[in-house]
Amino acid sequence: MKPPPFGYHAPRSLGEALAALAAARDGKVLAGGQSLIPLLNMRLAAPAEIIDINRVAGLDTLEAGPAGVRVGALVRHARAERSAEAARVQPLLRLALRHVAHPAVRSRGTVVGSLAHADPAAELPAVLALLGGTVEAASVRGRRTIGAADFFAGPLESALAPDELAVAATFPALPPRTGAAFAEIARRHGDYALAGVAALVTVDEAGRPAAARAGYLGVAATPLVLDLDVSGGRAAAAADAAGRLDPETDIHASAEYRRHLAGVLTERVLHAAAGAARERGT
Amino acid sequence: MTEPTYEIALTVNGVHRTARAPARRLLSDFLRHDLGLTGTHVGCEHGVCGCCTILLDGAPARACLTFAVTAGGAEITTVEGLAAPDGTLSPVQRAFQECHALQCGFCTPGFLCTVTALLRENPHPSDEEIVEGLSGNLCRCTGYQNIVAAVRRAAGED
Repeated sequence: MKPPPFGYHAPRSLGEALAALAAARDGKVLAGGQSLIPLLNMRLAAPAEIIDINRVAGLDTLEAGPAGVRVGALVRHARAERSAEAARVQPLLRLALRHVAHPAVRSRGTVVGSLAHADPAAELPAVLALLGGTVEAASVRGRRTIGAADFFAGPLESALAPDELAVAATFPALPPRTGAAFAEIARRHGDYALAGVAALVTVDEAGRPAAARAGYLGVAATPLVLDLDVSGGRAAAAADAAGRLDPETDIHASAEYRRHLAGVLTERVLHAAAGAARERGT
Repeated sequence: MTEPTYEIALTVNGVHRTARAPARRLLSDFLRHDLGLTGTHVGCEHGVCGCCTILLDGAPARACLTFAVTAGGAEITTVEGLAAPDGTLSPVQRAFQECHALQCGFCTPGFLCTVTALLRENPHPSDEEIVEGLSGNLCRCTGYQNIVAAVRRAAGED
């Protein structure tokens, strides 16, 4: 349970970090390390070189504005979770972050690291996908912005090229008359969920749900986003959503059980998100 | 090929400490082997059990999921740093003793650090917040009832 040897780089600037990443053969970026270091300890990963970005200046910015919440690569889960501004602009971020592992992990782990790790059972990829957020990638070749729909390529696989660093992610703001909710079921609190769902519900002027969208974790190879028809009530919408999911069976749960959980959770989050939308008003 | 080592300087329990270690040295092993502070216990080494929880710049962290070299320059508090210099137990330590919140003691250093951080951030947690706060630490013999009772007592709620 000790990490294998690796070449170590601790750049101080983004330029140095990108140069190190470009020159690395089989390089891996270390930020919070809460997913990477367990993989190293268990020797499931053995990168030749590690580029530790913890001392890179300028990556720890958290900005909440009308467009959304932009989170730099060194913003820890705990900081994003505590930010009142971020919660005001996009409450789903805090709702989901409370389910990410445990407080001691959240004080080191980073939001952008969770996205780059691209675990389909993790909370933040599903949130970014649901919101249609973006990831900013930088390399010595330049910068590009990747939409969530293209960013999550497969289980533990993002669209980042080997020489690219995810420098920030943007979670779009909550639209007017819209509420958000998040729910998941895990065997033990803080574990990866068997199934989970984040939802946005927009209500009409009378407070009735008019549009809904859900982002699922743990039920597909990548975060899955579904538009839900709420005209027939939330129970029908949840049943319809569950029927459209095709989860896998593994040692933790059968496909059928995951589908059942996803349906139950969908109904719960549709209820909670509609309530939040009404409470929030315009 | 000899593995390169790095000079790592950090403050542990208020004392400036330095040692050389390879980049892959976990902070838990650095504290125990390189600095001789064996109060921090090592359980699962993949972030599940919480035994190695320390305070890193005041926030609870898994020492087994942090490289010592990354923590260079940081301020660390381990279980050895919780009591006063004259040995007077901290309120959290005293509550654990009074409530019989430890039996074999293996998980205790992690619990003490976790609870110290929890009560610093939230001095009067609800029962739900206590259980949520403890959820990242495993105890396999005392049972959690007395640990929860100790947190309540340390918070002055019983």
